[in-house]
Amino acid sequence: MAGTFEPRIIAFVCNWCTYTAADNAGVSRLEQPPNVDVIRVMCSGRIEPAFILKAFAMGADGVIVSGCHPPGDCYYTNGNYKTFRRMPLVERLLEQFGIEKERFHWGWISGAEAIKWAQLTHEFTERVRALGPLNWSRQLESKED
Amino acid sequence: MAKKSKLKLGLYWAASCGGCEIAVVELREKILLLDEAADILFWPVAMDFKVKDVEAMPDGHMDVCLFNGAIRTSENEEMAHLLRRKSKVLVAFGSCAYEGCIPGLANLFDKDSILRRVYLEVPTVDNPRGVLPQPATHLPEGEVEIPRLYNTVKTLGQVTDVDYFVPGCPPQPHQIWAVVEAILGGKLPPKGSVVGANEKTVCDECKRLREEKRIKKFYRYHEIIPDPEHCLLEQGIVCAGPATRGGCGALCPQVNQPCRGCYGPPPNVMDQGAALLSAVASVVDANSEEEAARIVGDILDPAGTFYRFGLPASTLHRARLGNR
Ligand code: SF4
Ligand code: SF4
Ligand code: FES
Repeated sequence: MAGTFEPRIIAFVCNWCTYTAADNAGVSRLEQPPNVDVIRVMCSGRIEPAFILKAFAMGADGVIVSGCHPPGDCYYTNGNYKTFRRMPLVERLLEQFGIEKERFHWGWISGAEAIKWAQLTHEFTERVRALGPLNWSRQLESKED
Repeated sequence: MAKKSKLKLGLYWAASCGGCEIAVVELREKILLLDEAADILFWPVAMDFKVKDVEAMPDGHMDVCLFNGAIRTSENEEMAHLLRRKSKVLVAFGSCAYEGCIPGLANLFDKDSILRRVYLEVPTVDNPRGVLPQPATHLPEGEVEIPRLYNTVKTLGQVTDVDYFVPGCPPQPHQIWAVVEAILGGKLPPKGSVVGANEKTVCDECKRLREEKRIKKFYRYHEIIPDPEHCLLEQGIVCAGPATRGGCGALCPQVNQPCRGCYGPPPNVMDQGAALLSAVASVVDANSEEEAARIVGDILDPAGTFYRFGLPASTLHRARLGNR
């Protein structure tokens, strides 16, 4: 393991924009890191804060949340409004838990922005790699103190 | 349990404030009925029993033990194991034992920073020699030992097997009585159930008017005198009602105070804090990212506000150790 840390990253993305971008990135053979596991949901408004916490608790080193650009791009009109009302609180919550800002990214990528997706996943993976493993389960398992 | 013999009952407190004990006394005249039906074999707060009396019991001797308080010291944990062994039914009684409660907010810090703060930094402390509690102290009479403080506050269920969970800070007396009746009548639900509470949320028990009002600002509790008729959340006050299990009868909103969340998560909610965060975000009236960030920025302490009663039982259990 030592010296060969490969970050495990969970990306929650909406079906209509960011998933399309990720798909296009693949079809266009843009280079993407294999560290990012994409979880497709119908809308970014479906991404409950509990999913993000659970991803970290279960071993993710970083989490990405991405949907359609506000104001108008969300397929369900305003699911992305929900996202931008929730995520600033999630950000601050994670900081209070001692999870570095750099381990959590949220934002918008449209179906036409495959290059932006490839760049994001690449840069994010390298940022998390530099931070090292989060290894949250270690805290949950500690038997005594 | 032999027929006709009285129920053998134990009560214990670990890391708690004493409120759960008061709640039992709040049964008032019903406590006489309890006394008729049960022999109390251990209750350090009210009666003179010693730990060695418990140690001397055969395993499984007590029928029921109501255990309140979180697990925060080596002594709390030893007592949890001992009482588990000596009781047929172990009940996590009250929010501390069930989910960690207010003592569990210590999980935002660690042992050393807490000791430093409490014994050295607090303005009202006078401790010129900087004395900190030590697990062992040498005195002329011999060595004195006190329990070790843990870095992490745990729930009773995180250190031993628990049969039932009674939520509430403290549990409401009518709910305690319902649990006592269920025990006496042998009508307990399946092991692992939450008892003495309801299956819906505090909002379901709250009579305030809700009208999907959207808010531009959150207020801290002391910054506003709420309107007595309307939903508090819709007035910009963080009310934990939507993310909290009912059972208290919406006690706090009845007296114009927001629910703080003491009955824990409703059934099927895996993380009370995350659910409350979503509920709070849902009333924000913001049409741009900047505006949303500004409005939710009014909430100064998201972790402490959303996890006031349940941090140790939550998805992440505690803040990260070793990087502060
Ligand atoms: S949010 Fe609070 S005030 Fe509003 S209905 Fe629910 S419990 Fe009542
Ligand atoms: S209203 Fe909320 S904080 Fe108040 S007693 Fe009920 S559950 Fe507890
Ligand atoms: S469908 Fe993409 S954010 Fe709603």
